[in-house]
Amino acid sequence: MRVIAAMSGGVDSAVAAARAVEAGHDVTGVHLALSRNPRSYRSGARGCCSIEDAGDARRAADAIGIPFYTWDMSDEFADEVVEDFIAEYTAGRTPNPCLRCNEKIKFAAVLDRAMALGFDAVATGHYAQLRTAADGTIEMHRAVDHGKDQSYVLGVLTQDQLRHSLFPLGGDTKDMVRVEAERRGLQVAHKPDSHDICFIADGDNAGWLSEKLGPKPGAIVDESGAVLREHEGAYQFTIGQRRGLKLGMPADDGKPRFVLDIEPVSGTVTVGPREHLLVDGLECLKPLWCGTAPTEELECTVQLRAHGAEHRARVKVGDDGGSIVVALIDPAEGIAPGQACVIYDGSRVVGSGTIARTSRAATEISA
Amino acid sequence: MSAAPSRAYFDHAATTPMHPEALAVMTRELARVGNASSLHASGRAARRVVEESRERIAERLGARPSEVVFTSGGTEANNLAIKGLYWARRTDQRRRVLFSSIEHHALLDPVTWLAAHEGARIEVTPVDREGRLRVDALKTAIESAPDDITAVTTMWANNEMGTIQPISEVVELAAQHDIPVHSDAVQAAGYVPLDFEASGLDAMTVTAHKLGGPVGVGALLMKRELTPTPLLHGGGQERDVRSGTIGVALLAAFATALDLTVEHQAEQAARIERLRERIVEGITRLVPDAVVNGDPLAGDDHRLPNIVHVTFPGCEGDALLMLLDAHGVEVSTGSACAAGVPQPSHVLLAMGFDEAAARGSLRFSLGHTSTDADVDRLLEVLPGAHERARAARLVRGGAR
Repeated sequence: MRVIAAMSGGVDSAVAAARAVEAGHDVTGVHLALSRNPRSYRSGARGCCSIEDAGDARRAADAIGIPFYTWDMSDEFADEVVEDFIAEYTAGRTPNPCLRCNEKIKFAAVLDRAMALGFDAVATGHYAQLRTAADGTIEMHRAVDHGKDQSYVLGVLTQDQLRHSLFPLGGDTKDMVRVEAERRGLQVAHKPDSHDICFIADGDNAGWLSEKLGPKPGAIVDESGAVLREHEGAYQFTIGQRRGLKLGMPADDGKPRFVLDIEPVSGTVTVGPREHLLVDGLECLKPLWCGTAPTEELECTVQLRAHGAEHRARVKVGDDGGSIVVALIDPAEGIAPGQACVIYDGSRVVGSGTIARTSRAATEISA
Repeated sequence: MSAAPSRAYFDHAATTPMHPEALAVMTRELARVGNASSLHASGRAARRVVEESRERIAERLGARPSEVVFTSGGTEANNLAIKGLYWARRTDQRRRVLFSSIEHHALLDPVTWLAAHEGARIEVTPVDREGRLRVDALKTAIESAPDDITAVTTMWANNEMGTIQPISEVVELAAQHDIPVHSDAVQAAGYVPLDFEASGLDAMTVTAHKLGGPVGVGALLMKRELTPTPLLHGGGQERDVRSGTIGVALLAAFATALDLTVEHQAEQAARIERLRERIVEGITRLVPDAVVNGDPLAGDDHRLPNIVHVTFPGCEGDALLMLLDAHGVEVSTGSACAAGVPQPSHVLLAMGFDEAAARGSLRFSLGHTSTDADVDRLLEVLPGAHERARAARLVRGGAR
């Protein structure tokens, strides 16, 4: 196959590209320029869009011996990822921009462009495994290295997207990948992993959002509705957040308080004790099924945030077919609308949806 | 060339292969020891090569040997000319720098730096749709306050379009007010006759690697009476204007390449022009909506014989470049930013192109090693590549 290897400048995508070559594919390396102004981005290992990263990707392509180009996807990234990120926070939700980038950029804009240019697939350094089922369905499974597994942020990909995707690293551990990178003479073998959100230079999401959105004052209240203090913008808070609430005085019971709910129109942020963070019901929109939608209730597990725990659950398709209703057998804590709910059967991704509402003991607490 | 060309190279305006003779001279000279500033026999031998190279280069470019200041290349020569003359000539009043809208970054960036850091008042002169400086606009600009101008600079031929600039008219306008005129001639050298003295210019930039010499050496030709403030201070070499130990082998190879280029300039220009005509004919036949940009007329007052600049409507230049590259055909989209992202060329925007057209353009540049077989290969692979690049543009239609 003719394959585009998306190369971030990190060790994973470099080894993935090398493995695609070794598997016999005709591979071209592509670094995605996602910032309209790359100079403004952080350097080093914390993100994925700096000029230094582009250089690292180029040197890896040199070492592997494949052609290398930079593709300017900054307009698409700004429209589909950054603006969505801002809109989601404005609406009181907590988006996952990496997942969004996979859905709209890496396995959409990039894949479409690659296909138009005569390529057959896009290879990335994500940790996930693809298998073709007997009926031809492309199944995605968790990576062998559960600590690095990224099937969650890929759980939104459609069958058509998966059919043109290669994840050469899913069968190995990160440690093995680093060893292999060193053996292959790749300079990035010991480059630290990237963290945080690539377009927020210093990792200060709240600061970045307040710069973009300006002050949107509101109140922090307790569950009785009593105002504890004013705040500058509800987008600075995330469900489950404990730090940085600056409430001044302790709760009556002396226990720490957490963000339980964010009401986007009024900007009211409700805080309360940890046990009230627990939810046992979810309603998810944008359902996506790997294969056909289940006709009856599934006993399965769900993951509700990147690198989050698995929760046992019973899942069924909503009455209208346009939603997923999740009953958590193991209640989960700090679940934010906007995050994805990815449904697993063992290691296999069954489907996914975007969390719209959470509920606790039949009480709806977030809209 | 002896080696079978595995790739069809159409990027001679970026850099052109070294003449084998120049390579031989350079290799030979690299094996010798001697600092041209030393007083002993080895030093004198090195100095002799430097001065003989200077004399040959001066003669080939219509200059006196004392007017040749060697530099590390075109960028340094441009910086020396434009910053050096600004620093040397500025007064409280005299702060204007006039430049054209289609200059290379090696000129554009020092000019804008002077404005940002040194209090220069920089003024850009527009070009017409063919990419040629508007002399009427320059005349108005000069005459608004001629005594306040430190220098006027206009490239001899544009690197993206090949359009030759009206140097003699610029010189005539500036001479009426004793304003120094500099021209970046790195693209013109080798492809059209250059005569520094006859041009009336005060300073002119050339570089070796655009004419079959090595990368890393160039020259600023500069009238004796000009004393720009140096960029580099040190041993006082090169009229005390450009300190630093001279690369003897680089200079010898530069002189050899220039000799060969000037000796064969007319016949090479005619040969290359014929190849260019084949490219233009082939592209317009194979891709009927393709538009060839710049001055359509051939000749030393119109355009360089070796550059074809084409807009492919509905295509992305970088996609087309990648596909041609995959088929062994090497072309250019124009300038690239630090991260390697193709930006729409400021030259095309200055000529009145919109951003989509600017992004959908390619430069094919020919040189002394170009052959009919190269053109055959280009014309063979272009239709398929073009079709795919157009399809790639369509899939992202919503994005821009």
